[in-house]
Amino acid sequence: MVPVDRGSSPEPARPAEGGWTDDAGLIEALRKGDEAAYRALVDLHTATLLRLASMYVSNHELAADVVQETWIGVLQGIDRFEERSSLKTWICRILVNKAKTAAQREGRAITFSELGDDELAPAVDPERFHALGPDRGQWSLAPQEWDRPEERLLSRETRAVVERAIADLPTNQRITITMRDIEDLSSAHTCSVLGISEGNQRVLLHRARTHVRAALEAYFSDVTDTP
Amino acid sequence: MTWKDRLGRIARGRRGRAAPAVPGGGELTCQELVELVTDYLEGALSSGDQHRFEAHLEGCDGCEAYLEQMRGTILAVGGVAGADLDPAMRERLMDSFRDWRSRRDV
Repeated sequence: MVPVDRGSSPEPARPAEGGWTDDAGLIEALRKGDEAAYRALVDLHTATLLRLASMYVSNHELAADVVQETWIGVLQGIDRFEERSSLKTWICRILVNKAKTAAQREGRAITFSELGDDELAPAVDPERFHALGPDRGQWSLAPQEWDRPEERLLSRETRAVVERAIADLPTNQRITITMRDIEDLSSAHTCSVLGISEGNQRVLLHRARTHVRAALEAYFSDVTDTP
Repeated sequence: MTWKDRLGRIARGRRGRAAPAVPGGGELTCQELVELVTDYLEGALSSGDQHRFEAHLEGCDGCEAYLEQMRGTILAVGGVAGADLDPAMRERLMDSFRDWRSRRDV
């Protein structure tokens, strides 16, 4: 079979272990109690679920408990799942509900609907643009192209810089960039799971990405300046 | 998905629908453009704003470099993924599955 370019399809079906290539096959197998189907699903999604859960609760053990509860919720709910969303979206939504409950038990509350003052911060330091005159709003200190970007962006050292920058973000931005750019989930999926609008999600994503970019720019210029 | 596929997707900059219009309607400044980069990459600009965005890029090395840096940033963030599932955790999950199945079969 010739591979087909799926173009802008938001969630291309990935062949899972055992040969289930779509939700319908997996759901049917799961309803029949097929252990291999469940294992494939667990292998496919658990890392994502753990990463998301750890955004809400304070430690890894609690996150693992939330994931365990989520999978039990999936099994208990699979007969009633109406397939109005993708299986992955549905599973993530169960996780977010369980994680929010766990966060509340810990006295941590995360609100997504409100954008804090931080969301109004500019993407780039205003000092880097001309403030006056005919060049107002144009770069006074323009960014430089990064040298050997592919090699450097994927290095272990850069990864540590990125992880630190993401850890610094406000929670709602951190969850958004995690879903979109680490877990590579679609915008529709992210909005549906978090219960936020597309516009709201783009603002959060924009703030998060610009923060990480600034951290990378600072890191690369330090590296370049060091002989 | 490999990082090369991801880069291809990031690079595409899909054509979009609704718009948070930029006030004015004239040429974008660099300072305005940097605030539209995510909307641009998400394909969320109106065709008018997208045209102004691309027209500005053509004549501005600084903004071209900025956009490349944002694409690079998305690529680097994607590189953080990839923890393997702890086998003990998988076993716990499989145990609760068997538990669920045995109760279901009764």
